[in-house]
Amino acid sequence: MRPAAVVGTGQTHHAAKRLDVSMAGLCREAIDRAMADAGVDWPDIDAVVLGKAPDLFEGVMMPELFLADALGAVGKPLLRVHTAGSVGGSTGNVAASLVQSGVHDRVLAVAFEKQSESNAMWALSVPTPFTMPVHAGAGGYFAPHVRAYIRRAAAPEHVGAMVAAKDRRNGALNPYAHLKQPDITVESVRASTMLWDPIRYDETCPSSDGACAVVISAEPTSGRAAWIRATAMRTEPTTFAGRDQVNPQAGRDAARALWKQAGITDPLSEVDAAEIYVPFSWFEPMWLENLGFTDIGQGWKLTEAGETEIGGRLPVNPSGGVLSSNPIGASGLLRFAEAAMQVMGTAGEHQVDGARVALGHAYGGGSQFFAMWVVGQEKP
Amino acid sequence: MGFDYTRSLGPTLGRFLTDLRRRKVTGIRGSDGRVHVPPLEYDPVTAERLSEFVDVASTGVVRGWSWIPEPLEAQPLDRPFAWALIQLDGADTSLLHAVDAGSPDRMSTGARVRVRWRAERVGAITDIECFELSDEPSADPVEADEVTMVTTPVHLHYTHSASPTEDPFLRGLMEGRLIAQRCPECSKVYFPPRPACPTDGVPTTDRIELSDRGTVTTFCVVNVPFLGQRIPPPYVSAYVLLDGADIPFLHLLLGVAPEDVRMGMRVEAVWKPREEWGPTMQNIDHFKPSGEPDAPFDSYSQHL
Repeated sequence: MRPAAVVGTGQTHHAAKRLDVSMAGLCREAIDRAMADAGVDWPDIDAVVLGKAPDLFEGVMMPELFLADALGAVGKPLLRVHTAGSVGGSTGNVAASLVQSGVHDRVLAVAFEKQSESNAMWALSVPTPFTMPVHAGAGGYFAPHVRAYIRRAAAPEHVGAMVAAKDRRNGALNPYAHLKQPDITVESVRASTMLWDPIRYDETCPSSDGACAVVISAEPTSGRAAWIRATAMRTEPTTFAGRDQVNPQAGRDAARALWKQAGITDPLSEVDAAEIYVPFSWFEPMWLENLGFTDIGQGWKLTEAGETEIGGRLPVNPSGGVLSSNPIGASGLLRFAEAAMQVMGTAGEHQVDGARVALGHAYGGGSQFFAMWVVGQEKP
Repeated sequence: MGFDYTRSLGPTLGRFLTDLRRRKVTGIRGSDGRVHVPPLEYDPVTAERLSEFVDVASTGVVRGWSWIPEPLEAQPLDRPFAWALIQLDGADTSLLHAVDAGSPDRMSTGARVRVRWRAERVGAITDIECFELSDEPSADPVEADEVTMVTTPVHLHYTHSASPTEDPFLRGLMEGRLIAQRCPECSKVYFPPRPACPTDGVPTTDRIELSDRGTVTTFCVVNVPFLGQRIPPPYVSAYVLLDGADIPFLHLLLGVAPEDVRMGMRVEAVWKPREEWGPTMQNIDHFKPSGEPDAPFDSYSQHL
């Protein structure tokens, strides 16, 4: 397997409603920025990989069909990746594999969601036949598992609010973030409305329109490169008897494979920044444990000690994360791109000083799809 | 199920639909000189954004067609019509639309057609009611407000055929019985039943009946209202692990204040009146606390 690197990243200004652009225009805003960042033009792109979350979100079946010309895919391979909320991450990994395998030299990965065209809460709550219609969107799905985590880890109730306040403050440093709340506090988060007890309004990701794109290349094109040191994806069924929804096996397996491939034995010491998919605040400590940054039941202690802030031992979501911008299909690729930006030193005000190795992480479905990569300054 | 989706149009499609509202058809010139109708946002050759709008005629020629003898719901006409690829005069590409030809005998490739404008136009492709066989020009353009968004309702009607596993489960529900299946390999009991064990991949051959009592493993209190919601908030959505089952399912918990619900709470089903029963889990109106002592954490911790 030959080395591959992210050589350019781009994203939209994420917002609740980007009524000024079509889906094609939204994608191109991110693509044009990524290609300019990479210093490449259309003839330099060999293949295009598109990711977006379930088609029910915009009501367009197979949007890759009508987007082909806008994505510059005419006469080139165009692949659609579909792994629910983790799809942005899977898109990055699929694009990376096309370069690492030697099939293509330069691949454009793009992911988007235009949530304002529909209502994701509705789309995720369509009752299936014969069941009790108690479903209430992603928050309703994940809240019971968050409750189970709090109980199992004996975590103090304010930790979730700490994550939310940190990520929103970080979002205020990111010019592309949907939510910018520099003055948010743990107290104001705790005072916000309880939506899906135990998840509060301010501990919940927004609904965003947005897109993200990255150019992955076998050779640097711009002088800057975030070398892909490892990629991993794992899957498990949504439900089975004995399934651990708090600490899913697929996530643990993916992380173990990832660290091994990257040659990382102590993630907490060796990773300088992490962009982890945290749509509801409590998933920060949950995934810190699932990823092996801490022992089981200890993730919340890292957060509570302030170690996941910018300047802490492991800055988590310096970009503001999913809690600050959530164009669902793009959210995973944003994590991957932000990790690359950290090691390329292009993260601007939310740059982590001296970041040489960074993690990008995404999960989707009922915590059943996991995609992650490690990028670094050094060519492997 | 259905939803009124919206489409933000952006500058190119917005111009096209605004012009349709004005009884005018607009194309766009590509890098190779071709005029695309409908206009493309990005060039199919160079992928660059296109911006040179070109007025085309409301008359054109049929380049290909297919007769629809029995129109379906939401199609442009409620009588037999032709779907046709129509190249408008001044355009280099063809537009798909309906032709109100009356009979397939009157349709032909090469036939001349013109736009029949809808009287009430909103800025949508359906502002062209259809095309008609004629070589005369259509009505002249008029003034109309700009269009930036369209609404596209999407509806799906579906029927569900019960599988061999669902059949006894649903018949059981109609008799007030809870039928589960057990994996012959790992002995895990699935309710609702599965045709195959997701862990072992073998058919779940053993059918067993469970009681309507169980334990709340975990839960959430839904306070948020949303479109399409069936139960008015606030309500408690609880994972109920029936006694003898190895996997919990979500149901409604009532008869206790939300702040008093606990993980491990023992509950029992409250059934709807028998005359309201059908093949659905909604025969159980809700679960309520049974009054038994809470189950110890260890008894359900493997089912979270």
